Amino acid sequence: MSDTQRSGAGAASGSELISLDAAELARRIHAREVSSVDVTRAHLERIEAVDGPAESGVHAFLHLDAEGALAAAEAADRAIADGAPASPLAGVPVALKDNLTTTDMPTTAASRILEGWRPPYDATVVARLRAAGLVPLGKTNLDEFAMGSSTENSAFGPSRNPWDLTRIPGGSGGGSSSAVAAGESPLALGSDTGGSIRQPGAVTGTVGVKPTYGTVSRYGLIAFSSSLDQIGPCARSVLDAALLHEVIGGQDANDQTSVSAPLPPVVEAAQAGARGDLSGVRIGIVTEFSGEGYQPGVLGAFTDAVRTLGELGAEVVEVSCPSFTYALPAYYLIAPSEASSNLARFDAMRYGLRVGDDGEHAADEVMSLTREAGFGAEVKRRIMIGTHALSAGSYDALYGKAQKARTLIVRDFTAAFETCDVLISPTTPTTAFPIGERADDPLAMYLADLCTIPSNLAGNAALSVPCGLSADDGLPVGLQIMAPALADDRAYRVAAAYEVARGPGAGPRIPELRALETTR
Amino acid sequence: MSDITRDDVAHLARLARLAVSDAELDMFSGQIDAIVDTVSRVGEIPDDVPPTAQVVPQTNVLRPDTEEPCLRRDVALAEAPAAEEGRFRVPRILGEEL
Repeated sequence: MSDTQRSGAGAASGSELISLDAAELARRIHAREVSSVDVTRAHLERIEAVDGPAESGVHAFLHLDAEGALAAAEAADRAIADGAPASPLAGVPVALKDNLTTTDMPTTAASRILEGWRPPYDATVVARLRAAGLVPLGKTNLDEFAMGSSTENSAFGPSRNPWDLTRIPGGSGGGSSSAVAAGESPLALGSDTGGSIRQPGAVTGTVGVKPTYGTVSRYGLIAFSSSLDQIGPCARSVLDAALLHEVIGGQDANDQTSVSAPLPPVVEAAQAGARGDLSGVRIGIVTEFSGEGYQPGVLGAFTDAVRTLGELGAEVVEVSCPSFTYALPAYYLIAPSEASSNLARFDAMRYGLRVGDDGEHAADEVMSLTREAGFGAEVKRRIMIGTHALSAGSYDALYGKAQKARTLIVRDFTAAFETCDVLISPTTPTTAFPIGERADDPLAMYLADLCTIPSNLAGNAALSVPCGLSADDGLPVGLQIMAPALADDRAYRVAAAYEVARGPGAGPRIPELRALETTR
Repeated sequence: MSDITRDDVAHLARLARLAVSDAELDMFSGQIDAIVDTVSRVGEIPDDVPPTAQVVPQTNVLRPDTEEPCLRRDVALAEAPAAEEGRFRVPRILGEEL
């Protein structure tokens, strides 16, 4: 008998608890039908059953803090007993991408250069989760420094997709997406620089949101590409994502790019959308995101979603954003350029790994030896590409032109949003691909982010909501909904309406871990 | 192709403080050449388009110039690879023999 079956048979309520949405968990916890400690324990048991071993399990977590989680859960239960829950999500477990700093857990960004590092401060989003009474379970896996689309670039081995453990869970936030999809946590935080929340959400059948740039503090997020990075929620329902979004969002004096505009009413929008009426909403299909390279099963699920949106009363039209074809090349210049600067801080002097400090090597040699030993291949590639793009001979032709491309992409969005309330596309051209398939072909890997990158370059809001399974392979497909900057609520409204119309069965669920069962 | 040679990649690695191996140079030079070749497509964009560096409509965000607590020394040094007398201990920075 497998561990999964044992724990399932011994605690039927536990297996129910791990399948509930965060909103329902919160309702039961706050009504004292179940304690936060019980909910937390059920998730810790689920993690114990399916997350390891690292070589064959889901491997969503790089670090687990069972003791800290149970202590936080007890505190939440006490506050609720006193009639003073800290927030509507108090007592609900959450997983944290391991590029968010935490004082009580190591923070590695899945890199050897930060292995075992204990940050001296909490990221603002982590502090806000704690203040809101949520229960951090642990730190989730990612591509090293969030550079990748599969988690295969993690120095600690890939995470696996709970729908098929031989396939990637997306990236860079594949740990967060697989944890949520596998029922290891109802909620997680990710960071989205070119699609690292939305693409993992799409391929694992979960909801992933990239909020408007500047509306969620980046303080304590290990910087990859500062003008693109944005923290956001991962969940199994649109409402859950909105509830988590509301906890983490809002201005922060510690982030100079944090905007003063009030956070869009995302929870209200998700609730309004769930009433299932999209009459008066104009939705634009981005025509550039189809055709060659898109799997028929993905386009089929997308076409079904378009029909559903029409049935909900929305007016669906086609729009062209011709400059979006420059998004991928512009991104792979801007992101590496900013990364080459941001990752210069890993210099072996103040924290992290130090290699070659034997009295023979000078400081710059120790730096070079440490960075060589501490960074993986993709990180080195991007640092060197960025160094090249910013060098005197290439700056105008590469980095400068990429910034001009960014202007054209912003203009295309502005024009499209003059006639449409939201824009839609498939979130990714393909479903989850097999682990190893693109590992040695960086350019093929980069194509996974084709549809998600424009919203990072322009800074507007975008999310991915599950839209059924591909007829090709039975794997989840994501519908991307893009909204103007500071109009995140529009994307939530449309996503929530679609989610209700789509109905259960095709949507997020806890998949059977068949492959894992057979390996045990 | 973008004409990035193995020597160019070795130069970039030196600039970026990466002591890459010969085997890595072989791998990276082909890959980086192909990637730069692909992203060079942005060269088609007319020169008269203005650049966008970031998308937040605010500039020079400053806090009030008042004293605030900062990281304590012991906390700052707690994760240092080497510390001595309340300071970061670093390898020699000049080229002289010890």
